[in-house]
Amino acid sequence: MSYAAKTLVQGNRELIAFRIGGQEFCVNIMSVREIRGWTKATPMPHAPAYVLGVINLRGAVLPIVDLSARLGMKEAEPTARHVIIVAQMRERVVGLLVEAVSDILTITDENIQPVPEVSSDLERQYAQGILAIDKRMICMIELESLFREKESEAA
Amino acid sequence: MDMNEIKEIFFQECEEQLAELESGLLKLNDGDRDPETVNAVFRAVHSIKGGAGAFGLDDLVAFAHVFETTLDCVRSNKLEPTQDVLKVMLKSADVLADLVAASRDGGSVDGSRTRGLVKELEALAHGEVPAPSHEAPKPAAKAAPVAAKVEPPKPTDESGFQPVPFTFDDFGSDEEPPIEGSTYEISFKPRRELYSKGNEAALLLRDLSRIGEMSINCDTGSLPALDKLDPEDSYFGWTISLKTTKSEDDIRSVFEFAEWDCDLEVKLSEAETSDEELPMVPVPFDLSALDDAPVMEDAMDDTTAQDAAAAVAAAETASSVAQAAGAAARAAKKDTAAAAAAAAQNNAAAAAAAAGQTIRVDLDRVDRLINLVGELVINQAMLSQSVIENDATGTSAVNMGLDELQQLTREIQDSVMAIRAQPVKPVFQRMSRIVREVADMVGKSIRLVTEGENTEVDKTVIDKLAEPLTHMIRNAVDHGIETPEKREAAGKDPEGTIKLTAKHRSGRILIELADDGAGINRERVKQKAIDNDLIAVDANLSDEEIDNLIFAPGFSTADKISDISGRGVGMDVVKRSIQALGGRINISSRPGLGSTFTMSLPLTLAVLDGMVVTVAGQTLVVPLTAIVETLQPEASAIHSFGANQRLISIRNSFCPLVDVGRILNFRSTQANPVEGVALLVESEGGGQRALMVDAIQGQRQVVIKSLEANYTHVPGIAAATILGDGRVALILDVDAVVSASRGQSLRAEMSLAATG
Repeated sequence: MSYAAKTLVQGNRELIAFRIGGQEFCVNIMSVREIRGWTKATPMPHAPAYVLGVINLRGAVLPIVDLSARLGMKEAEPTARHVIIVAQMRERVVGLLVEAVSDILTITDENIQPVPEVSSDLERQYAQGILAIDKRMICMIELESLFREKESEAA
Repeated sequence: MDMNEIKEIFFQECEEQLAELESGLLKLNDGDRDPETVNAVFRAVHSIKGGAGAFGLDDLVAFAHVFETTLDCVRSNKLEPTQDVLKVMLKSADVLADLVAASRDGGSVDGSRTRGLVKELEALAHGEVPAPSHEAPKPAAKAAPVAAKVEPPKPTDESGFQPVPFTFDDFGSDEEPPIEGSTYEISFKPRRELYSKGNEAALLLRDLSRIGEMSINCDTGSLPALDKLDPEDSYFGWTISLKTTKSEDDIRSVFEFAEWDCDLEVKLSEAETSDEELPMVPVPFDLSALDDAPVMEDAMDDTTAQDAAAAVAAAETASSVAQAAGAAARAAKKDTAAAAAAAAQNNAAAAAAAAGQTIRVDLDRVDRLINLVGELVINQAMLSQSVIENDATGTSAVNMGLDELQQLTREIQDSVMAIRAQPVKPVFQRMSRIVREVADMVGKSIRLVTEGENTEVDKTVIDKLAEPLTHMIRNAVDHGIETPEKREAAGKDPEGTIKLTAKHRSGRILIELADDGAGINRERVKQKAIDNDLIAVDANLSDEEIDNLIFAPGFSTADKISDISGRGVGMDVVKRSIQALGGRINISSRPGLGSTFTMSLPLTLAVLDGMVVTVAGQTLVVPLTAIVETLQPEASAIHSFGANQRLISIRNSFCPLVDVGRILNFRSTQANPVEGVALLVESEGGGQRALMVDAIQGQRQVVIKSLEANYTHVPGIAAATILGDGRVALILDVDAVVSASRGQSLRAEMSLAATG
């Protein structure tokens, strides 16, 4: 905690990077509550394709979102090697299915490059910026924007 | 604890007292004449007055006082609690509630309303009181026992010290205004409650002595022998002769907050006219006698001795009552102060023990406990399951231990759930007030009948129930019930009836609001809907669809906007707030006979007895309460009906067959009914449906987990639960599935959910 506080003071950000379908993405570490292994989810009727179902997270019912499908890529085929990033978005907690967690990054705002002009609305919607780290390209995702509709509906 | 906290507790208690008051009055209204009910009502008002006095809430005290006075007339059978009287009383209860609310939250209460009621109450208190003669428990009776008092162990005391219900009114109406220097005889016998509430006889007597010249006689007649003495009980009584210029009213006001806990009698003394019967004995207590008697019991004995001696002495000095009074009172006071203080201390401890019936607990703590217990139950189930998997013999000590654990956890769970579940009664009670007020405003005569008030539902649901229910009640009173003239013309009882019912059904709480009014005027509703562009002019709607138009936003049939309803924000708000609770609302109406609104709400956090079934490889839980029977369909009983409907014949009646897997989109084709099991369910709408599932796994109690917390509402699914293997299972919303099978798509409600 004190470490986190220190880095925040210096204007640094900590991010968790993960892989989906050969691409790397990252989210703010502060929204991640825990990371756990894949367990089979109970499918929900009439759910959108990217909602894999719900699992039991120590007594709470946690919906699992296939982030790959949500980002418009091909649907994931979950295996035991997949992980679930349990992320907090305002009042709700959602599990994000990703292939693997790859890194924890500490960056400053200068590291963030703006999103290039692309035609796809979807990319523009979720991508907050792009990071170049060790010749890798990591896309920073704004989780709130991915699930915004749900938020407003809940309100 | 600062003053605000104490005040907060007072207001919480006020809420309870007000509820008590109202339910008591309603009971009286229904013809209950049990004196205990009257007492309870009186006590409620009295407690509010007492507390309000302590906090200097003068408006509240003043009103409560008048109210109490009138109630006392009822209590002493001087005022027959007729409907008219009770109407005023119920209104007064409402005003009292408003005053309490105003005192708590600031704001003010319409003064004219209060004043009007005060007048009405006073009129009741005075007008109908038959001018009673002096309620004279003969003064002579008191002279005799003076001698008897010499033997302290004898508890018998035939003096005048029976509990005498005292009233405010008879002095108001029948006493002459006090003449200069009139002498009052006051008999005052505190009960143990007086001390346990922290009052002290000595202080009361001191206050009394300030009013005028006082002579006091302590009556120790009921003092038992030392070994039988209960240190916390009250044994002393006092007869006081008070010469004062003040009125009887002033004397009584000294005892204002103690009157409930003592026997008190105040009357004009007849001593002046009949000297030989003078019962008063001035007792010049000698304080020094007490100084070397540190123990209370000793003090009492001494007192007794003093008393006896004094009694003799007093016989000669009977005429000097007035002169001796001042000094005697002061002496007596100090003596009694010692005894009373000791008694009060003891009684305080007793009171603390007796009051431990309820405690106030932070809701968060209860919630945390409930969550933990839920976890415990799931954990226990997982443990049992893994033991069973690893140990096939089933006879080991582990299994027995697990069985016991299961019972214990279940018991813990039940008790914890019971903490949060509360009867809907308080909400229903509030509704009766709304009916009264609104009916009054629109000049209708309406009776609210409630049923199933003790149906328990989670506190959060109760809290959110009040608002939509209020809307609906207002609507029912304003629009539903006709005016008395119209009712009479239609051959109905001029008094309308609104019936509010609560019951458990299908693992939900069902609240029904039925009025016996005119029902929905479908022609007018349709016309209004067309006028408001809610439907097309040529729309062809069924009766049910027309009825449901009243839930459309911006719909109002009221021709003129009133204070009560008709602004067009009504039923749509009701519907929305009910849906927000995860509930549904239905209306059924019969022209001329009335309308019935049915709300079905979930019992959040409650436990559900469910049947665990398999559908298309998924495990689902069907609320047991919804299931009428289960059956294995035979091929011969299945009949195709139309293009893709199927009916199942059960004992010669045909029932639509609903494939749950199909409705929930778990599979794309209809399952073969012969391979599955049919669950015959009864839905809220009344009809029966046979739900097709693949197999029944068993029956168990499940903890309801909210899906909405992290996800959205899923049509066809009521909630989720966690099974013994730690996996999430969905709880089927039987009613939604049934209505989906009627052709109303489940998807209609979930356009937004799809985006999430």
